[in-house]
Amino acid sequence: MRDFICDKIKRIKPSGIRRLFDIANEIPDVISLGVGEPDFDTPWHIREEGIYALQKGRTFYTSNSGLPELREEIANYMYRKYGLVYDPKNEIILTVGGSEAIDIAFRATLNPGDEVVYPEPGYVSYEPCILLADGRPVSIELSAETEFRLQPEQLEAAITPRTKVLLISYPNNPTGAIMERADLEKLVPVILKHDLLVISDEIYSELCYKERHVSIASLPGMHERTIVINGFSKSFAMTGWRLGWVCAPAHLMEYMLKIHQFGIMSAPTMSQYAAISALRSGDKDTEMMAESYNQRRRFLMEAFAEMGLPCFEPYGAFYVFPDISEFGMGSEEFCEKLLKAENVAVVPGSAFGKSGDKHVRISYCYSVEELKEAMTRIARFVDKLRSEEKDKAKER
Amino acid sequence: MDNKKREEILRLLEANARYTPKDIAVMLGLGVEETEKEIKQMEKERIICGYHALVDWDKTDDEKISALVELKVMPQRGHGYDSIAEKIYQYPEVESLYLMSGAYDFSVILKKATMKEIANFVSTRLAVMEEVQSTATHIVLVRYKDHGTTFAETKKDQRVMVMP
Repeated sequence: MRDFICDKIKRIKPSGIRRLFDIANEIPDVISLGVGEPDFDTPWHIREEGIYALQKGRTFYTSNSGLPELREEIANYMYRKYGLVYDPKNEIILTVGGSEAIDIAFRATLNPGDEVVYPEPGYVSYEPCILLADGRPVSIELSAETEFRLQPEQLEAAITPRTKVLLISYPNNPTGAIMERADLEKLVPVILKHDLLVISDEIYSELCYKERHVSIASLPGMHERTIVINGFSKSFAMTGWRLGWVCAPAHLMEYMLKIHQFGIMSAPTMSQYAAISALRSGDKDTEMMAESYNQRRRFLMEAFAEMGLPCFEPYGAFYVFPDISEFGMGSEEFCEKLLKAENVAVVPGSAFGKSGDKHVRISYCYSVEELKEAMTRIARFVDKLRSEEKDKAKER
Repeated sequence: MDNKKREEILRLLEANARYTPKDIAVMLGLGVEETEKEIKQMEKERIICGYHALVDWDKTDDEKISALVELKVMPQRGHGYDSIAEKIYQYPEVESLYLMSGAYDFSVILKKATMKEIANFVSTRLAVMEEVQSTATHIVLVRYKDHGTTFAETKKDQRVMVMP
């Protein structure tokens, strides 16, 4: 039989955490800090709208771009939150999660061989999505020394004549890093000089613990060259509803809509009705959840300080990204050993690019009680590794 | 300490009274000593009036029942409702007492007791008070939620265990 699989797909590496996932599933009573989704239930008023939509038989396709009244709400939201103006008629599309938005943004803009530069560590889907769109991923390695914020010099150095797109994602998964207005402003001259398109994944925009999120699209000269991606998963605890959105000027949106309409048709209808309630009445829910994450974030930072594990302070999303380089092993090995020794699952930093290998990603979408227990176990594990290291040094 | 911080401390303690002052200080970004002092101060001011476990008695062998009694009363000149309230809350049988607006004046929640004890208390203690015009006693059949906590089985975390 012929090999039916296309070469492009074969070249895409499987997720680096598969092995860990398999081990974790076989161990009972694992405390998992490996999940990238809120532990809150979707607020009841939102769920109720979803149920009501089903009861009323609202189960048909919506228009390709999404329900007009939801697009209207998104336009209001983007203006209210980030000062961005989009025409709900032709500059907003509802997508199946932020993931589809990322996919259509790349597919609509990349010709074979076009380069996309993006900061690393970064979300696992970026590189495969660029490859699937026949683009060339060019990662820029960031480090805790610069708080994982993309520096203009780094951007400048990564650009070649084939560079077309800059992808940024702040607040960032997995580092929890943010970029403030001043950081973004420094990037703009480089972006303009090289005539780049920016795809800005702002899915964690409402989970900022220092100051309000600033969208790069709101900076002078950036609106017309930026595709902004956002969604309901993180801000409103709606991961399973699979609903995101993409905003861009009409001249870009026209082509993304083509891909969306031929590939997906439209986002789930009942989710869209529920989402209207999220945008109209969900601000307080988001604030409550963000405050709770912030408390847990502080708790973890203190726990790492106590165990002497270096961790730069993240001000966004719901992850911490401590540095494990003192133990002289890769992040996958560290995670596997931790899992086997203490039944705690965390995600190896290598899953987010090779520069992440000195780190592990810990999600704090868990109760303080769970986090407390997990930190006790991690501290015990770290102590053990350190004393083993000391013993080895003595033998030497 | 400003009122907002105080309220944040209270909200955390209300959600989980077993948080230590250190836990609270870390979560709110405050000093441990400062937090400890503030909690003591709020205890002194009777803003924090006690720390209780929230028990779902329905899951125990306890067969006593809870009751809520609506009271209509005649307020007293010069004392309003306070003197009547004082008479009622002195009884150890009374768990909570609220002055209400609307169809009746006091809502009296009684401690768990046998049906006979509740009937006896209402008829011989509450109903016979000279200010009391009428009583209506309701039996709690099932408690689904109390102090913001639902009593349903703890939900299993349905999220996948590890996901980037």
